Amino acid sequence: MAEIILKALAHTYSANPTSPEDYAIRQMEHIWHQGGAYALLGPSGCGKSTLLNIISGLLEPSEGDVLFDGQRVNELPPEERNIAQVFQFPVIYDTMTVFDNLAFPLRNINIPGHRITPKVEEVAEILELTPLLKRKAKGLTADEKQKVSMGRGLVRDDVSAILFDEPLTVIDPQLKWKLRRKLKEIHQRFNITMIYVTHDQLEAATFADKIAVMYEGQVVQFGTPQELFETPAHTFVGYFIGSPGMNILDVRHHAGEVIFADIPLPIPQTFVDAIANTKSSNIKIGIRPEFVTVHASKREGALPARKRQVQDLGTYSIVTFELGGQAFKARLPEGHPEFGDDIYLTFDHDQLGLFVDEYRVEVTS
Amino acid sequence: MNNKVYNNRAWLLVLPMLVLVAFSAIIPLMTVVNYSVQDVLGPNASFFTGTEWFRTMLNDSALQAAFGRQIMFSLIILAIQIPLGIGIALIMPKQGWQASAVLILITLPLLIPWNVVGSIWQIFTRGDIGLMGWGLRELGINYNITRNAGDAWATIILMDVWHWTPLVAMLCYSGLRSIPEAYYQAARIDRASKWAVFRYIQLPKLTNVLVIAVLLRFMHSFMIYAEPFVLTGGGPGSSTTFLTQSLATMAIGQQDLGPSAAFSIIYFLVILLVSWVFYTTIMHLQKDKNSQGGV
Repeated sequence: MAEIILKALAHTYSANPTSPEDYAIRQMEHIWHQGGAYALLGPSGCGKSTLLNIISGLLEPSEGDVLFDGQRVNELPPEERNIAQVFQFPVIYDTMTVFDNLAFPLRNINIPGHRITPKVEEVAEILELTPLLKRKAKGLTADEKQKVSMGRGLVRDDVSAILFDEPLTVIDPQLKWKLRRKLKEIHQRFNITMIYVTHDQLEAATFADKIAVMYEGQVVQFGTPQELFETPAHTFVGYFIGSPGMNILDVRHHAGEVIFADIPLPIPQTFVDAIANTKSSNIKIGIRPEFVTVHASKREGALPARKRQVQDLGTYSIVTFELGGQAFKARLPEGHPEFGDDIYLTFDHDQLGLFVDEYRVEVTS
Repeated sequence: MNNKVYNNRAWLLVLPMLVLVAFSAIIPLMTVVNYSVQDVLGPNASFFTGTEWFRTMLNDSALQAAFGRQIMFSLIILAIQIPLGIGIALIMPKQGWQASAVLILITLPLLIPWNVVGSIWQIFTRGDIGLMGWGLRELGINYNITRNAGDAWATIILMDVWHWTPLVAMLCYSGLRSIPEAYYQAARIDRASKWAVFRYIQLPKLTNVLVIAVLLRFMHSFMIYAEPFVLTGGGPGSSTTFLTQSLATMAIGQQDLGPSAAFSIIYFLVILLVSWVFYTTIMHLQKDKNSQGGV
């Protein structure tokens, strides 16, 4: 059982870091609660694997502390941390049978044979590996191998957290969802903290109760998939989550109006006031493509724009349009009304987001 | 309906290679075959002998003894060089300038020509001016490679270990480098001991390079010539006379072309046979492992 706390944690690979850019992980605070299913989501190179390796003990953080149930474990090697890790490429012991692979972590800590067999059989049953127990691990398919490496983490009674480092990368698409469901099932059955690293938002959302979105070495938001979608805390979250991502408009305040590329935006007065009171010049308005409505004809409060492209994706269409020289997107439901090249847009005012210096600012109405 | 286009002109593309192989291997080998079935008395005087030379050679007790020595030599150096090479590869530094420095140091013996190696060791072991010979004598050890067969054997083996273990070490080193870091990380998380990491990760991943190492070292050692020839000249007596030296004496020293041709062919076939049996056995074992318990 473990609650994992990251305290003032930072990590750099450079010997004498001078700027924040030298840090793979910028100073952060974070708590992973016991028994939670978490995802660590972010693009390649954002520091998510580094963070995972710091939690598992493969890397020692250069600053700050890692606490397991209040105990500082910075210097503890992975073998003393009661964690298991599943890697991007399945790691199995080629020359051993599936049974021996699963029994390996138990044999290493000298558990007597009569206690190993039932445990291995139990785990094999859950992972649906029972028919393969006598097979050499070398000849297995990628998803079977990945299940074996996961199983090695589950056989140990002392494992309190399993860390997954993009475990489905090498799995065939049609098997991915099956394995993902298996993971979920295992999480519900064992009371184990699971942290799942991925760059795929769908994987993260189906697996995790709460997602930590990482960007440039920082966790920019930690929340449920719904929170990430509805109230992104950072422009990156808005852009990264959702398909397509949020439309982000660079705006400024001028004479009582909010201007985007010389076009006054029809937005609520509360936003105009909030922007007028902002000192920073880095002000952005975000609106998700789902909340943009496209009209075929001119109307009060609608923004004229130019249609560039319509992609029909079956259950919905994505319209790419040009506004102020930039391309934005709208997501329209099936059976939306027809329109020509000149279109008129309205935004759902409740779904607008204001970002100052890239971070979300709440606008109270 | 068969719409396949038959165009045998593609064979022409193989022709240059065929010519090359013919000149480099087939033709020389055939001349040897030609000699092995004839008794050549002079430039224009020879007659067909059939398999007589082969029978003579197989029954020659001196050659049988040399053959025995050869096998013993190969087995001993394999038993030493393979484990030692793995051991060296395991303790070699993995990165930084130390890795490059050690690699260069280790490769040096491989760059020395065979007969120079023989000469180096010949001088090295001399009782009057050689560091090792003199040192052993000063320590009160009676060591003389020209009189004592045991000393001669030990020295030849030591020389070969010095000369060729680096090859095994380098092959193993490259094999070890190619093991992804995740394997070691997973083993740490599984709390595997150092021995278990070696036994279940490193050794299995080294199988392929070890097959190559064993084959190369077997073929090399089975054909060893210059080093022992320079070091001991085959002596004392014939205690370190290996097959190649017997062959050279016969073919060049005595100009017995027929018998030495027959002997060459037997020699060639033995190496081919042993290598083939070894290789197919290993490959078969691996295949068995993969399919064990499978459908």
